[in-house]
Amino acid sequence: MSNERALYQKVILDHNKSPRNFGVMEDPDFEAEGYNALCGDQFRVYLRIKDGIIEEVQFEGSGCAISKSSASIMTTLLKGKTREEAKLLFDNFKGMITSNPDASFDAKELGKLIVFSGVREFPIRVKCATLAWHTLLAALKGEADTVSTE
Amino acid sequence: MTMSTSPLESAKTAVETSSGLDIESIREDFPILAVRPYGKPLVYLDNAATSQKPRQVIDAIRRYYEGENANVHRGIHYLSQVATEKFDAAREKVQHFVNAAHSHEIVLTSGNTESINLVASSYGGAFLGEGDEILLTHMEHHSNIVPWQLLREKMGVVLKIAPVNDDGEIIMEDFERLLGPKTKFVSVVYVSNALGTINPVKEIVRLAHAAGAVVLLDSAQAVPHLTVDVQDIDCDFLSFAPHKMFGPTGIGVLYAKAELLERMPPYKGGGDMIKSVTFEKTLYNDLPFKFEAGTPNIAGVIGLGAAVDYLTNIGMDKIAAREAELLSYGTRILESIDGLRIIGRAKEKASVLSFIMESAHPHDIGQILDQEGIAIRAGHHCTQPLMQRFGIPATARASLSFYNTEEELDALGAALHKVNEVFG
Ligand SMILES: Cc1ncc(COP(=O)(O)O)c(C=O)c1O
Repeated sequence: MSNERALYQKVILDHNKSPRNFGVMEDPDFEAEGYNALCGDQFRVYLRIKDGIIEEVQFEGSGCAISKSSASIMTTLLKGKTREEAKLLFDNFKGMITSNPDASFDAKELGKLIVFSGVREFPIRVKCATLAWHTLLAALKGEADTVSTE
Repeated sequence: MTMSTSPLESAKTAVETSSGLDIESIREDFPILAVRPYGKPLVYLDNAATSQKPRQVIDAIRRYYEGENANVHRGIHYLSQVATEKFDAAREKVQHFVNAAHSHEIVLTSGNTESINLVASSYGGAFLGEGDEILLTHMEHHSNIVPWQLLREKMGVVLKIAPVNDDGEIIMEDFERLLGPKTKFVSVVYVSNALGTINPVKEIVRLAHAAGAVVLLDSAQAVPHLTVDVQDIDCDFLSFAPHKMFGPTGIGVLYAKAELLERMPPYKGGGDMIKSVTFEKTLYNDLPFKFEAGTPNIAGVIGLGAAVDYLTNIGMDKIAAREAELLSYGTRILESIDGLRIIGRAKEKASVLSFIMESAHPHDIGQILDQEGIAIRAGHHCTQPLMQRFGIPATARASLSFYNTEEELDALGAALHKVNEVFG
Protein backbone atom coordinates (compact mmCIF):
# COMPACT_ATOMS: atom_id res chain seq x y z
CA MET A 1 0.00 0.00 0.00
CA SER A 2 1.42 3.36 -0.92
CA ASN A 3 1.95 5.84 1.86
CA GLU A 4 -0.86 8.18 0.97
CA ARG A 5 -3.33 5.30 0.84
CA ALA A 6 -2.16 4.29 4.31
CA LEU A 7 -3.09 7.76 5.53
CA TYR A 8 -6.18 8.34 3.42
CA GLN A 9 -8.04 5.09 4.04
CA LYS A 10 -11.35 4.53 2.27
CA VAL A 11 -13.37 5.20 5.41
CA ILE A 12 -11.58 8.53 5.88
CA LEU A 13 -12.22 9.58 2.29
CA ASP A 14 -15.86 8.58 2.63
CA HIS A 15 -16.39 10.60 5.81
CA ASN A 16 -14.55 13.52 4.24
CA LYS A 17 -16.91 13.47 1.27
CA SER A 18 -20.08 12.74 3.21
CA PRO A 19 -19.60 13.85 6.78
CA ARG A 20 -22.10 12.41 9.29
CA ASN A 21 -23.98 14.50 11.84
CA PHE A 22 -22.90 17.59 9.93
CA GLY A 23 -24.65 20.90 10.41
CA VAL A 24 -25.58 23.52 12.95
CA MET A 25 -27.57 22.31 15.98
CA GLU A 26 -30.29 24.58 17.30
CA ASP A 27 -30.26 25.05 21.06
CA PRO A 28 -27.44 22.69 21.98
CA ASP A 29 -26.72 22.14 25.66
CA PHE A 30 -23.04 22.68 25.01
CA GLU A 31 -20.96 23.87 22.10
CA ALA A 32 -17.41 24.89 21.44
CA GLU A 33 -15.26 26.05 18.56
CA GLY A 34 -11.91 24.58 17.57
CA TYR A 35 -9.39 26.29 15.37
CA ASN A 36 -6.10 25.21 13.91
CA ALA A 37 -4.28 28.44 13.12
CA LEU A 38 -1.70 26.77 10.91
CA CYS A 39 -4.15 25.30 8.40
CA GLY A 40 -7.19 27.46 9.06
CA ASP A 41 -9.26 24.41 10.01
CA GLN A 42 -12.27 25.45 12.00
CA PHE A 43 -15.04 23.34 13.53
CA ARG A 44 -17.91 23.79 15.95
CA VAL A 45 -19.06 20.82 17.99
CA TYR A 46 -22.58 20.76 19.46
CA LEU A 47 -23.87 18.48 22.21
CA ARG A 48 -27.15 17.53 23.80
CA ILE A 49 -26.61 15.79 27.12
CA LYS A 50 -29.26 14.20 29.33
CA ASP A 51 -28.58 12.73 32.78
CA GLY A 52 -24.87 12.78 32.09
CA ILE A 53 -25.24 10.82 28.84
CA ILE A 54 -24.45 12.25 25.41
CA GLU A 55 -27.69 12.13 23.43
CA GLU A 56 -26.76 13.99 20.30
CA VAL A 57 -23.59 15.30 18.70
CA GLN A 58 -23.23 17.44 15.64
CA PHE A 59 -20.43 19.38 14.07
CA GLU A 60 -19.96 21.92 11.33
CA GLY A 61 -17.07 23.84 9.85
CA SER A 62 -14.30 23.19 7.37
CA GLY A 63 -10.94 21.55 7.33
CA CYS A 64 -8.71 19.02 5.65
CA ALA A 65 -9.73 15.42 5.02
CA ILE A 66 -8.10 14.22 8.22
CA SER A 67 -9.69 16.79 10.51
CA LYS A 68 -13.09 16.58 8.89
CA SER A 69 -13.31 12.80 8.78
CA SER A 70 -12.03 12.61 12.34
CA ALA A 71 -14.81 14.97 13.43
CA SER A 72 -17.38 12.97 11.50
CA ILE A 73 -16.28 9.59 12.83
CA MET A 74 -16.10 11.02 16.34
CA THR A 75 -19.74 12.06 16.19
CA THR A 76 -20.78 8.53 15.25
CA LEU A 77 -19.09 7.08 18.32
CA LEU A 78 -20.33 9.26 21.14
CA LYS A 79 -24.04 8.63 21.42
CA GLY A 80 -24.89 6.96 24.73
CA LYS A 81 -21.49 7.66 26.27
CA THR A 82 -20.79 9.50 29.49
CA ARG A 83 -18.30 12.36 29.63
CA GLU A 84 -15.76 10.02 31.17
CA GLU A 85 -16.25 7.39 28.49
CA ALA A 86 -15.84 10.02 25.77
CA LYS A 87 -12.67 11.29 27.41
CA LEU A 88 -11.29 7.76 27.70
CA LEU A 89 -11.97 7.11 24.03
CA PHE A 90 -10.06 10.25 23.13
CA ASP A 91 -7.16 9.26 25.37
CA ASN A 92 -6.95 5.89 23.62
CA PHE A 93 -7.23 7.54 20.22
CA LYS A 94 -4.55 10.08 20.97
CA GLY A 95 -2.35 7.38 22.47
CA MET A 96 -2.61 5.42 19.25
CA ILE A 97 -1.95 8.23 16.76
CA THR A 98 0.99 9.58 18.75
CA SER A 99 2.56 6.17 19.23
CA ASN A 100 5.53 4.80 17.35
CA PRO A 101 4.42 3.45 13.96
CA ASP A 102 5.65 0.00 14.99
CA ALA A 103 3.89 -0.04 18.35
CA SER A 104 0.87 -2.27 18.79
CA PHE A 105 -2.45 -0.93 19.99
CA ASP A 106 -5.69 -2.28 21.36
CA ALA A 107 -7.84 -2.59 18.27
CA LYS A 108 -10.91 -3.54 20.26
CA GLU A 109 -10.93 -0.40 22.35
CA LEU A 110 -10.36 1.84 19.34
CA GLY A 111 -12.92 0.28 17.03
CA LYS A 112 -13.51 2.44 13.95
CA LEU A 113 -10.82 4.86 15.01
CA ILE A 114 -8.21 2.41 13.78
CA VAL A 115 -8.55 3.93 10.31
CA PHE A 116 -6.43 6.80 11.65
CA SER A 117 -3.46 4.59 12.49
CA GLY A 118 -1.72 5.95 9.36
CA VAL A 119 -1.48 9.32 11.08
CA ARG A 120 1.36 7.85 13.17
CA GLU A 121 3.56 8.14 10.08
CA PHE A 122 2.76 11.83 9.75
CA PRO A 123 3.20 13.53 13.14
CA ILE A 124 2.29 16.89 11.63
CA ARG A 125 -1.23 15.57 11.01
CA VAL A 126 -1.88 14.67 14.67
CA LYS A 127 -3.20 18.20 15.13
CA CYS A 128 -5.67 17.66 12.32
CA ALA A 129 -6.87 14.34 13.71
CA THR A 130 -7.39 15.67 17.23
CA LEU A 131 -8.91 19.08 16.49
CA ALA A 132 -12.56 17.95 16.76
CA TRP A 133 -11.77 15.91 19.87
CA HIS A 134 -10.18 18.86 21.63
CA THR A 135 -13.23 20.89 20.67
CA LEU A 136 -15.48 18.15 22.06
CA LEU A 137 -13.62 18.18 25.38
CA ALA A 138 -13.98 21.94 25.58
CA ALA A 139 -17.71 21.63 24.89
CA LEU A 140 -18.04 18.89 27.52
CA LYS A 141 -16.37 21.13 30.05
CA GLY A 142 -18.70 23.92 29.05
CA GLU A 143 -15.83 26.12 28.00
CA ALA A 144 -16.98 28.84 25.70
CA ASP A 145 -13.58 29.87 24.43
CA THR A 146 -12.12 28.81 21.14
CA VAL A 147 -9.68 25.98 21.59
CA SER A 148 -6.65 25.64 19.45
CA THR A 149 -4.44 22.70 18.65
CA GLU A 150 -1.46 24.94 18.13
CA MET B 1 -2.97 5.13 -14.37
CA THR B 2 -5.06 6.73 -17.04
CA MET B 3 -4.31 10.36 -17.27
CA SER B 4 -4.70 12.86 -19.99
CA THR B 5 -1.33 14.33 -20.77
CA SER B 6 -2.22 16.14 -23.95
CA PRO B 7 -2.79 19.59 -22.39
CA LEU B 8 0.60 19.33 -20.73
CA GLU B 9 2.35 18.29 -23.88
CA SER B 10 0.75 20.92 -26.03
CA ALA B 11 1.61 23.50 -23.42
CA LYS B 12 5.18 22.33 -23.47
CA THR B 13 5.72 22.52 -27.20
CA ALA B 14 4.35 26.04 -27.15
CA VAL B 15 7.11 27.23 -24.83
CA GLU B 16 10.33 28.66 -26.11
CA THR B 17 13.26 28.89 -23.76
CA SER B 18 14.00 32.44 -24.67
CA SER B 19 15.82 33.36 -21.48
CA GLY B 20 19.04 31.81 -22.72
CA LEU B 21 19.89 30.31 -19.33
CA ASP B 22 21.62 26.97 -19.09
CA ILE B 23 19.26 25.46 -16.52
CA GLU B 24 21.12 22.16 -16.38
CA SER B 25 24.33 23.76 -15.20
CA ILE B 26 22.48 26.16 -12.91
CA ARG B 27 20.85 23.20 -11.21
CA GLU B 28 24.27 21.73 -10.59
CA ASP B 29 25.02 24.77 -8.45
CA PHE B 30 22.37 23.63 -5.96
CA PRO B 31 23.58 20.55 -4.06
CA ILE B 32 20.20 20.06 -2.39
CA LEU B 33 18.51 19.30 -5.69
CA ALA B 34 20.16 15.88 -5.48
CA VAL B 35 18.07 14.95 -2.43
CA ARG B 36 15.52 12.23 -3.18
CA PRO B 37 12.57 12.38 -0.79
CA TYR B 38 10.97 8.91 -0.52
CA GLY B 39 13.23 7.82 -3.37
CA LYS B 40 11.76 10.35 -5.82
CA PRO B 41 13.49 13.34 -7.40
CA LEU B 42 13.03 16.46 -5.30
CA VAL B 43 10.75 19.00 -6.94
CA TYR B 44 11.23 22.10 -4.86
CA LEU B 45 8.36 24.53 -5.44
CA ASP B 46 8.44 26.33 -2.10
CA ASN B 47 10.83 29.10 -3.06
CA ALA B 48 8.66 31.87 -1.65
CA ALA B 49 9.09 30.33 1.80
CA THR B 50 12.83 30.11 1.34
CA SER B 51 14.99 29.51 -1.70
CA GLN B 52 17.68 26.85 -1.92
CA LYS B 53 21.33 27.86 -1.65
CA PRO B 54 23.89 27.55 -4.42
CA ARG B 55 27.29 26.05 -3.74
CA GLN B 56 28.82 29.51 -4.18
CA VAL B 57 26.96 30.78 -1.11
CA ILE B 58 27.58 27.66 0.95
CA ASP B 59 31.29 27.81 0.03
CA ALA B 60 31.58 31.48 0.97
CA ILE B 61 30.18 30.74 4.42
CA ARG B 62 32.42 27.72 4.87
CA ARG B 63 35.45 29.70 3.68
CA TYR B 64 34.67 32.37 6.21
CA TYR B 65 34.46 29.94 9.13
CA GLU B 66 37.48 27.95 7.97
CA GLY B 67 39.83 30.74 7.02
CA GLU B 68 38.50 34.20 7.90
CA ASN B 69 36.53 33.97 11.13
CA ALA B 70 36.99 36.97 13.43
CA ASN B 71 34.83 39.73 14.82
CA VAL B 72 34.45 42.76 12.58
CA HIS B 73 35.19 46.46 13.04
CA ARG B 74 37.10 45.94 16.26
CA GLY B 75 40.19 43.83 15.69
CA ILE B 76 43.70 44.91 14.92
CA HIS B 77 44.75 41.48 13.75
CA TYR B 78 44.93 39.86 10.34
CA LEU B 79 41.76 37.78 10.50
CA SER B 80 39.68 40.65 11.77
CA GLN B 81 40.82 42.77 8.86
CA VAL B 82 39.97 40.06 6.34
CA ALA B 83 36.56 39.48 7.91
CA THR B 84 35.85 43.22 8.07
CA GLU B 85 36.78 43.70 4.43
CA LYS B 86 34.51 40.87 3.32
CA PHE B 87 31.72 42.13 5.54
CA ASP B 88 31.95 45.69 4.24
CA ALA B 89 32.25 44.47 0.67
CA ALA B 90 29.02 42.50 1.07
CA ARG B 91 27.19 45.66 2.11
CA GLU B 92 28.47 47.40 -0.99
CA LYS B 93 27.36 44.52 -3.17
CA VAL B 94 23.88 44.85 -1.72
CA GLN B 95 24.00 48.59 -2.27
CA HIS B 96 24.78 48.19 -5.97
CA PHE B 97 22.32 45.34 -6.34
CA VAL B 98 19.37 47.56 -5.43
CA ASN B 99 21.08 50.70 -6.73
CA ALA B 100 21.18 52.58 -3.43
CA ALA B 101 23.08 55.87 -3.55
CA HIS B 102 25.27 55.05 -0.53
CA SER B 103 26.38 51.89 1.25
CA HIS B 104 25.42 53.45 4.58
CA GLU B 105 21.82 53.36 3.39
CA ILE B 106 21.95 49.57 3.71
CA VAL B 107 21.17 48.48 7.27
CA LEU B 108 21.78 44.81 8.04
CA THR B 109 19.17 43.27 10.32
CA SER B 110 18.18 39.77 11.38
CA GLY B 111 15.45 39.42 8.75
CA ASN B 112 12.80 41.08 6.65
CA THR B 113 10.55 41.01 9.70
CA GLU B 114 13.08 42.85 11.82
CA SER B 115 13.61 45.41 9.08
CA ILE B 116 9.93 46.35 9.18
CA ASN B 117 9.88 46.31 12.97
CA LEU B 118 12.88 48.63 12.98
CA VAL B 119 11.05 51.17 10.87
CA ALA B 120 7.77 50.89 12.78
CA SER B 121 9.55 51.17 16.08
CA SER B 122 12.21 53.80 15.32
CA TYR B 123 10.58 55.96 12.65
CA GLY B 124 7.05 55.29 13.88
CA GLY B 125 7.94 55.83 17.51
CA ALA B 126 9.66 59.15 16.78
CA PHE B 127 7.60 60.68 13.99
CA LEU B 128 4.11 59.17 14.10
CA GLY B 129 1.52 59.95 16.72
CA GLU B 130 -2.08 59.94 17.82
CA GLY B 131 -4.47 60.06 14.87
CA ASP B 132 -1.80 59.78 12.18
CA GLU B 133 -2.85 57.36 9.49
CA ILE B 134 -0.83 54.46 8.14
CA LEU B 135 -2.03 53.01 4.86
CA LEU B 136 -1.55 49.28 4.25
CA THR B 137 -3.20 46.96 1.75
CA HIS B 138 -5.34 43.87 2.13
CA MET B 139 -2.54 41.65 0.78
CA GLU B 140 0.10 42.37 3.42
CA HIS B 141 2.13 39.67 5.10
CA HIS B 142 1.54 39.53 8.85
CA SER B 143 5.00 41.00 9.31
CA ASN B 144 3.77 44.17 7.61
CA ILE B 145 0.61 44.32 9.71
CA VAL B 146 1.48 43.40 13.27
CA PRO B 147 4.36 45.90 13.77
CA TRP B 148 1.92 48.67 12.84
CA GLN B 149 -0.68 47.29 15.22
CA LEU B 150 1.94 47.36 17.97
CA LEU B 151 2.59 50.97 17.07
CA ARG B 152 -1.14 51.64 17.18
CA GLU B 153 -1.24 50.33 20.75
CA LYS B 154 1.66 52.53 21.73
CA MET B 155 1.07 55.72 19.78
CA GLY B 156 -2.60 55.69 18.79
CA VAL B 157 -1.94 55.70 15.05
CA VAL B 158 -4.82 54.67 12.77
CA LEU B 159 -4.49 51.85 10.24
CA LYS B 160 -6.22 52.15 6.87
CA ILE B 161 -6.44 49.22 4.50
CA ALA B 162 -6.53 49.56 0.70
CA PRO B 163 -8.76 46.84 -0.80
CA VAL B 164 -7.82 44.21 -3.37
CA ASN B 165 -9.90 43.14 -6.39
CA ASP B 166 -10.90 39.59 -7.35
CA ASP B 167 -7.76 39.15 -9.44
CA GLY B 168 -5.63 40.04 -6.43
CA GLU B 169 -4.63 43.56 -7.45
CA ILE B 170 -4.74 46.66 -5.28
CA ILE B 171 -7.73 48.79 -6.28
CA MET B 172 -5.76 51.94 -7.04
CA GLU B 173 -8.75 54.30 -7.03
CA ASP B 174 -9.46 53.23 -3.46
CA PHE B 175 -5.80 53.45 -2.56
CA GLU B 176 -5.76 57.01 -3.82
CA ARG B 177 -8.98 57.85 -2.03
CA LEU B 178 -7.58 56.51 1.26
CA LEU B 179 -4.49 58.70 0.95
CA GLY B 180 -5.44 61.82 2.84
CA PRO B 181 -3.96 64.73 4.76
CA LYS B 182 -3.61 62.50 7.82
CA THR B 183 -1.73 59.76 5.95
CA LYS B 184 1.81 59.92 7.27
CA PHE B 185 3.06 56.50 6.26
CA VAL B 186 2.35 53.94 3.53
CA SER B 187 3.61 50.37 3.88
CA VAL B 188 2.95 48.04 0.98
CA VAL B 189 4.16 44.68 -0.23
CA TYR B 190 6.03 44.96 -3.55
CA VAL B 191 5.27 41.40 -4.65
CA SER B 192 2.60 39.40 -2.81
CA ASN B 193 3.94 36.16 -1.37
CA ALA B 194 0.47 34.62 -1.40
CA LEU B 195 -0.68 35.67 -4.88
CA GLY B 196 2.40 36.72 -6.82
CA THR B 197 0.89 40.12 -7.66
CA ILE B 198 3.52 42.69 -8.59
CA ASN B 199 2.20 45.97 -7.26
CA PRO B 200 2.65 49.25 -9.16
CA VAL B 201 5.17 50.53 -6.64
CA LYS B 202 6.35 53.55 -8.59
CA GLU B 203 2.80 54.81 -8.83
CA ILE B 204 2.23 54.01 -5.16
CA VAL B 205 5.32 55.96 -4.15
CA ARG B 206 4.41 58.89 -6.40
CA LEU B 207 0.89 59.12 -4.97
CA ALA B 208 2.07 58.68 -1.39
CA HIS B 209 4.77 61.33 -1.72
CA ALA B 210 2.30 63.72 -3.30
CA ALA B 211 0.15 63.22 -0.20
CA GLY B 212 3.17 63.88 2.01
CA ALA B 213 3.56 60.30 3.25
CA VAL B 214 6.71 58.24 3.70
CA VAL B 215 6.75 54.82 1.98
CA LEU B 216 8.09 51.40 2.93
CA LEU B 217 8.05 48.58 0.40
CA ASP B 218 8.14 45.04 1.78
CA SER B 219 10.21 43.57 -1.01
CA ALA B 220 10.90 40.10 0.37
CA GLN B 221 9.40 38.53 -2.76
CA ALA B 222 10.51 41.19 -5.23
CA VAL B 223 14.28 41.27 -4.85
CA PRO B 224 14.74 37.55 -5.72
CA HIS B 225 12.77 37.91 -8.95
CA LEU B 226 13.00 41.43 -10.37
CA THR B 227 15.54 44.14 -10.97
CA VAL B 228 14.90 46.46 -8.04
CA ASP B 229 16.18 50.04 -8.26
CA VAL B 230 15.45 52.00 -5.10
CA GLN B 231 16.43 55.34 -6.64
CA ASP B 232 14.18 54.82 -9.60
CA ILE B 233 11.28 53.71 -7.39
CA ASP B 234 12.12 56.54 -4.98
CA CYS B 235 10.78 54.63 -1.96
CA ASP B 236 11.93 55.78 1.47
CA PHE B 237 12.37 52.32 2.96
CA LEU B 238 12.66 48.92 1.34
CA SER B 239 13.06 45.64 3.20
CA PHE B 240 14.10 42.25 1.93
CA ALA B 241 15.01 38.75 3.00
CA PRO B 242 18.34 37.27 1.85
CA HIS B 243 17.18 33.72 2.57
CA LYS B 244 14.57 34.06 -0.16
CA MET B 245 17.24 35.21 -2.63
CA PHE B 246 19.62 32.25 -2.33
CA GLY B 247 21.42 33.59 0.73
CA PRO B 248 21.40 32.33 4.30
CA THR B 249 18.71 32.66 6.96
CA GLY B 250 19.22 34.90 9.96
CA ILE B 251 19.88 38.16 8.15
CA GLY B 252 17.72 40.82 6.60
CA VAL B 253 18.22 44.07 4.75
CA LEU B 254 16.69 47.45 5.26
CA TYR B 255 17.37 50.08 2.64
CA ALA B 256 16.54 53.58 3.87
CA LYS B 257 17.23 57.04 2.56
CA ALA B 258 20.15 58.47 4.52
CA GLU B 259 18.29 61.61 5.51
CA LEU B 260 15.66 59.48 7.25
CA LEU B 261 18.17 57.23 8.98
CA GLU B 262 19.98 60.32 10.24
CA ARG B 263 16.83 61.67 11.85
CA MET B 264 15.69 58.35 13.28
CA PRO B 265 16.61 57.31 16.82
CA PRO B 266 18.48 54.03 17.38
CA TYR B 267 16.38 50.94 17.64
CA LYS B 268 18.57 48.77 19.82
CA GLY B 269 21.40 49.69 22.13
CA GLY B 270 24.75 47.99 22.51
CA GLY B 271 28.21 47.68 21.07
CA ASP B 272 29.06 48.89 17.54
CA MET B 273 26.17 51.37 17.49
CA ILE B 274 28.01 53.89 19.65
CA LYS B 275 30.92 56.29 19.28
CA SER B 276 31.50 56.76 22.97
CA VAL B 277 29.77 55.80 26.15
CA THR B 278 29.83 57.34 29.58
CA PHE B 279 27.19 56.73 32.19
CA GLU B 280 26.01 60.29 31.63
CA LYS B 281 25.89 60.39 27.86
CA THR B 282 26.33 58.14 24.86
CA LEU B 283 27.27 59.36 21.41
CA TYR B 284 25.73 57.26 18.64
CA ASN B 285 27.77 55.91 15.79
CA ASP B 286 27.47 57.00 12.16
CA LEU B 287 25.15 55.33 9.68
CA PRO B 288 24.48 52.52 9.25
CA PHE B 289 26.10 51.36 12.48
CA LYS B 290 23.69 53.36 14.60
CA PHE B 291 21.16 50.66 13.73
CA GLU B 292 23.42 47.65 14.04
CA ALA B 293 24.02 47.02 17.72
CA GLY B 294 26.08 44.04 18.70
CA THR B 295 28.13 41.54 16.75
CA PRO B 296 26.37 41.06 13.43
CA ASN B 297 25.69 37.80 11.61
CA ILE B 298 29.04 38.00 9.85
CA ALA B 299 28.85 34.66 8.08
CA GLY B 300 25.32 35.47 7.01
CA VAL B 301 26.31 38.82 5.55
CA ILE B 302 29.24 37.27 3.68
CA GLY B 303 26.85 34.61 2.39
CA LEU B 304 24.49 37.36 1.28
CA GLY B 305 27.36 38.98 -0.62
CA ALA B 306 27.96 35.68 -2.41
CA ALA B 307 24.25 35.39 -3.21
CA VAL B 308 24.24 38.88 -4.72
CA ASP B 309 27.28 37.94 -6.83
CA TYR B 310 25.52 34.77 -7.92
CA LEU B 311 22.39 36.62 -9.03
CA THR B 312 24.37 39.41 -10.66
CA ASN B 313 26.41 36.92 -12.68
CA ILE B 314 23.28 35.26 -14.01
CA GLY B 315 21.50 38.57 -14.50
CA MET B 316 18.17 39.58 -13.00
CA ASP B 317 16.72 40.26 -16.45
CA LYS B 318 17.39 36.71 -17.52
CA ILE B 319 16.02 35.39 -14.26
CA ALA B 320 12.82 37.40 -14.65
CA ALA B 321 12.43 36.22 -18.26
CA ARG B 322 12.99 32.58 -17.30
CA GLU B 323 10.52 32.81 -14.42
CA ALA B 324 7.91 34.39 -16.69
CA GLU B 325 8.24 31.33 -18.95
CA LEU B 326 7.85 29.00 -16.02
CA LEU B 327 4.87 30.95 -14.71
CA SER B 328 2.98 30.74 -17.98
CA TYR B 329 3.83 27.05 -18.40
CA GLY B 330 2.77 26.31 -14.83
CA THR B 331 -0.41 28.34 -15.21
CA ARG B 332 -1.42 26.30 -18.23
CA ILE B 333 -0.73 23.06 -16.38
CA LEU B 334 -2.88 24.13 -13.45
CA GLU B 335 -5.64 25.23 -15.80
CA SER B 336 -5.73 21.69 -17.20
CA ILE B 337 -6.63 20.21 -13.79
CA ASP B 338 -10.34 19.60 -13.11
CA GLY B 339 -11.84 21.61 -10.30
CA LEU B 340 -8.72 23.69 -9.70
CA ARG B 341 -8.98 27.43 -9.22
CA ILE B 342 -5.97 29.73 -9.30
CA ILE B 343 -6.13 32.43 -6.64
CA GLY B 344 -4.39 35.56 -7.85
CA ARG B 345 -4.68 36.40 -11.54
CA ALA B 346 -3.00 39.78 -11.58
CA LYS B 347 -1.84 41.07 -14.95
CA GLU B 348 1.59 41.79 -13.44
CA LYS B 349 2.58 38.65 -11.66
CA ALA B 350 5.70 36.96 -10.30
CA SER B 351 6.17 33.19 -10.39
CA VAL B 352 3.76 32.24 -7.62
CA LEU B 353 0.88 29.84 -8.25
CA SER B 354 -1.65 29.81 -5.44
CA PHE B 355 -4.65 27.56 -5.90
CA ILE B 356 -7.48 25.63 -4.35
CA MET B 357 -9.17 22.45 -5.54
CA GLU B 358 -12.76 21.31 -5.26
CA SER B 359 -11.74 17.78 -4.40
CA ALA B 360 -9.21 18.44 -1.67
CA HIS B 361 -8.18 20.83 1.07
CA PRO B 362 -4.77 22.50 0.54
CA HIS B 363 -3.30 20.51 3.40
CA ASP B 364 -4.30 17.25 1.73
CA ILE B 365 -2.99 18.48 -1.63
CA GLY B 366 0.34 19.24 0.04
CA GLN B 367 0.40 15.79 1.62
CA ILE B 368 -0.18 13.92 -1.66
CA LEU B 369 2.39 16.10 -3.44
CA ASP B 370 4.92 15.50 -0.69
CA GLN B 371 4.63 11.77 -1.25
CA GLU B 372 5.62 12.45 -4.85
CA GLY B 373 8.70 14.38 -3.75
CA ILE B 374 7.07 17.72 -4.55
CA ALA B 375 7.46 20.48 -1.96
CA ILE B 376 4.78 23.15 -1.93
CA ARG B 377 3.28 25.17 0.87
CA ALA B 378 -0.27 24.82 2.11
CA GLY B 379 -1.79 27.33 4.45
CA HIS B 380 -2.58 30.99 4.82
CA HIS B 381 0.99 32.08 3.99
CA CYS B 382 0.96 34.57 6.88
CA THR B 383 -1.71 36.54 5.01
CA GLN B 384 -4.87 35.72 6.92
CA PRO B 385 -6.68 38.97 6.04
CA LEU B 386 -6.08 38.20 2.36
CA MET B 387 -7.48 34.68 2.79
CA GLN B 388 -10.52 36.23 4.48
CA ARG B 389 -10.85 38.59 1.52
CA PHE B 390 -11.09 35.59 -0.81
CA GLY B 391 -13.33 33.68 1.60
CA ILE B 392 -10.96 30.73 1.86
CA PRO B 393 -9.04 29.35 4.85
CA ALA B 394 -5.91 28.50 2.91
CA THR B 395 -4.38 27.86 -0.48
CA ALA B 396 -1.86 25.45 -1.90
CA ARG B 397 1.07 27.44 -3.26
CA ALA B 398 3.71 26.43 -5.76
CA SER B 399 6.34 29.17 -5.90
CA LEU B 400 8.81 28.87 -8.72
CA SER B 401 12.38 29.91 -9.16
CA PHE B 402 14.55 30.04 -12.24
CA TYR B 403 16.16 26.71 -11.37
CA ASN B 404 12.83 24.94 -11.70
CA THR B 405 12.04 23.16 -14.95
CA GLU B 406 9.11 22.39 -17.21
CA GLU B 407 9.57 18.71 -16.30
CA GLU B 408 9.07 19.58 -12.65
CA LEU B 409 5.87 21.39 -13.51
CA ASP B 410 4.75 18.32 -15.47
CA ALA B 411 5.36 16.30 -12.31
CA LEU B 412 3.25 18.82 -10.40
CA GLY B 413 0.46 18.39 -12.94
CA ALA B 414 0.59 14.59 -12.70
CA ALA B 415 0.50 14.75 -8.90
CA LEU B 416 -2.50 17.07 -9.00
CA HIS B 417 -4.32 14.56 -11.20
CA LYS B 418 -3.53 12.05 -8.52
CA VAL B 419 -5.08 14.34 -5.91
CA ASN B 420 -8.28 14.27 -7.92
CA GLU B 421 -8.08 10.49 -8.18
CA VAL B 422 -7.62 10.02 -4.44
CA PHE B 423 -10.23 12.54 -3.32
CA GLY B 424 -12.55 12.76 -6.33
C1 LIG C 1 6.08 39.41 1.48
C2 LIG C 1 6.77 38.93 2.72
N1 LIG C 1 6.99 39.79 3.72
C3 LIG C 1 7.62 39.42 4.82
C4 LIG C 1 8.09 38.14 5.01
C5 LIG C 1 8.77 37.80 6.28
O1 LIG C 1 10.09 37.47 6.06
P1 LIG C 1 10.97 36.79 7.18
O2 LIG C 1 10.07 35.76 7.84
O3 LIG C 1 12.07 36.18 6.44
O4 LIG C 1 11.39 37.83 8.14
C6 LIG C 1 7.89 37.22 3.99
C7 LIG C 1 8.36 35.83 4.14
O5 LIG C 1 7.63 34.93 4.46
C8 LIG C 1 7.21 37.62 2.83
O6 LIG C 1 7.00 36.76 1.85
